[in-house]
Amino acid sequence: MAISDAYEAVIGLEVHTQLLTRSKIFCGCANEFGAAPNHNVCPVCMGMPGVLPVFNRRVLELTIRVGLATHSQISERSIFARKNYFYPDLPKGYQISQYERPLCVGGYIELPTGNGAPRRIQLARIHLEEDAGKNIHRPTASLVDFNRSGTPLLEIVSEPELRSAEEATAYLRELRSILRYLEVSDGNMEEGSFRCDANVSVRPCGATELGAKTEIKNLNSFKFVEKAIKHEIERQTAVLKAGGKIMQETHLWDPERGETRPMRSKEYAHDYRYFPEPDLPELYVPPELVEQIRAQAPEVPAARRARYARDLSLSAYEIDVLTQEREVGDYFEAMVAAGIETKAAANWTMTEVLRASNESTETFSNAVPPPAQTAALLKLVAQNEISLNAAKTAFAAMCKSGQDAATTVKALGLAQVSDEATISQVCDQVLSAEADKVAQFHAGREKLFGFFVGQVVKAMKGNANPKVVNEVLKRKLAMAGRPSPSDLPSSGA
Amino acid sequence: MPLRMAEAKISLDGVRHVARLARLALDAQEEAKLQHDLSSILEYVEKLTELELSGVEPTAQVGDAGTPMRDDVVTNEPAADAVLANAPAREGFWFKVPKIIE
Repeated sequence: MAISDAYEAVIGLEVHTQLLTRSKIFCGCANEFGAAPNHNVCPVCMGMPGVLPVFNRRVLELTIRVGLATHSQISERSIFARKNYFYPDLPKGYQISQYERPLCVGGYIELPTGNGAPRRIQLARIHLEEDAGKNIHRPTASLVDFNRSGTPLLEIVSEPELRSAEEATAYLRELRSILRYLEVSDGNMEEGSFRCDANVSVRPCGATELGAKTEIKNLNSFKFVEKAIKHEIERQTAVLKAGGKIMQETHLWDPERGETRPMRSKEYAHDYRYFPEPDLPELYVPPELVEQIRAQAPEVPAARRARYARDLSLSAYEIDVLTQEREVGDYFEAMVAAGIETKAAANWTMTEVLRASNESTETFSNAVPPPAQTAALLKLVAQNEISLNAAKTAFAAMCKSGQDAATTVKALGLAQVSDEATISQVCDQVLSAEADKVAQFHAGREKLFGFFVGQVVKAMKGNANPKVVNEVLKRKLAMAGRPSPSDLPSSGA
Repeated sequence: MPLRMAEAKISLDGVRHVARLARLALDAQEEAKLQHDLSSILEYVEKLTELELSGVEPTAQVGDAGTPMRDDVVTNEPAADAVLANAPAREGFWFKVPKIIE
């Protein structure tokens, strides 16, 4: 075993996700991204003396939804706590969070592993807290915006069971997918509605004790999470191999230099003096509410993957692509429901639909035509009224124009020509223009058949029915000499 | 007021630690006074240990009403100028504060 194999990584992730509520967690200010600074604030989320927080019922409902989807136990009695620290984005000097008795404990998330059994990652806890404000730094001053202060934030903490940067990223993707399926978060890492801190340590393979860990912050994309964890594992392994010691510290990921570096040491940073929040009585979670939410629980990605694997003949890869986003799977299913064959619907969704949505700045449903219209277009292909290539052209146009399939095909003149007389005329033109190649063909270069088909299709701007072109060409070439039609390749070779 | 060490429930180092977390700059005299005051508070609270509480669950709150909840409705109109009215300094709609050094 190489020396570099003698260490294993131990990774735990803390994910903070903003919840999609209308208002903040403890006051009636709007919870929205992108408002002008300090426009969605009030005395409560500004931490003015004498104000009292009042808990948003919707926040509890969304948290229970996440708890159930991750197989967590929902605490019947939960409490809020004050986490005390000073920072200019925290107006009260404490953050209302949860410490003892968080809302959800002991859940897990299952990661797909191709065709094997899913890999189960245990969760330590899921708890609620309020988000802080935002600072921007100028050369001589800092500026503070409290719009984000009091945004409901769910913290989802994994057990340190992840073993590689790739696995950590897979966990993060699955978690984001779950939150988006549940419609509790939009999972936008760039806008900060889905944020990740990573706790990373390494230890000799086979050891059961955990090594000293570093906490990496500022990971605002999947790519950075993977790079930063990889970098940190390599750094720690090198330190340990050289006989050094890992310091328990907080690192910031610097995407420009591609490395993590320690934050200025804050010797007191982790002494938060948690204590129960006196302004908020105990949170009782009625079991009826949990049961009601369980009864209305939407399908989660793992359940959809299992359903596709059981009911549809799709590969593990296809299932993975189709199920990552709920609306993509919904689109695919709507096409199948409209009568499109499974494989054709899957292929079209994975290529044309995802391409159009990725290339667009619009939301998914605005970027692509309604699935019924896409299904109508694919039916035209199945009925030989348009070619597959013409369908692709029509689809791209439909994405932009919003017009239906029939109108688009007509407007763009994409209808496929199956009329034998028309095709025959073009075949004659091609064969006489390529008389020398026809001679070569009859001398035995049978591969040229594909060339003739291509020239006819090209002359007809791609709208010729290739089946008819094949038949007509076979007939004409056989008439002009050898070989017999049955010896010829059936289409463009 | 000098305190006999046997009575101190918190060390001077403990006082300094808590003061630092609370961003308080104390001189030696204030440290000693706070050591005395905090010690008497801790001593008073310690009286609770005289009670037989083995059958009582840890309690964060008294009363059993549970936290009241409100519906998820936006009730606050933006009033940025009012919010910024008492700020020592502003830039546009931002609060302006001394430069934060990370």
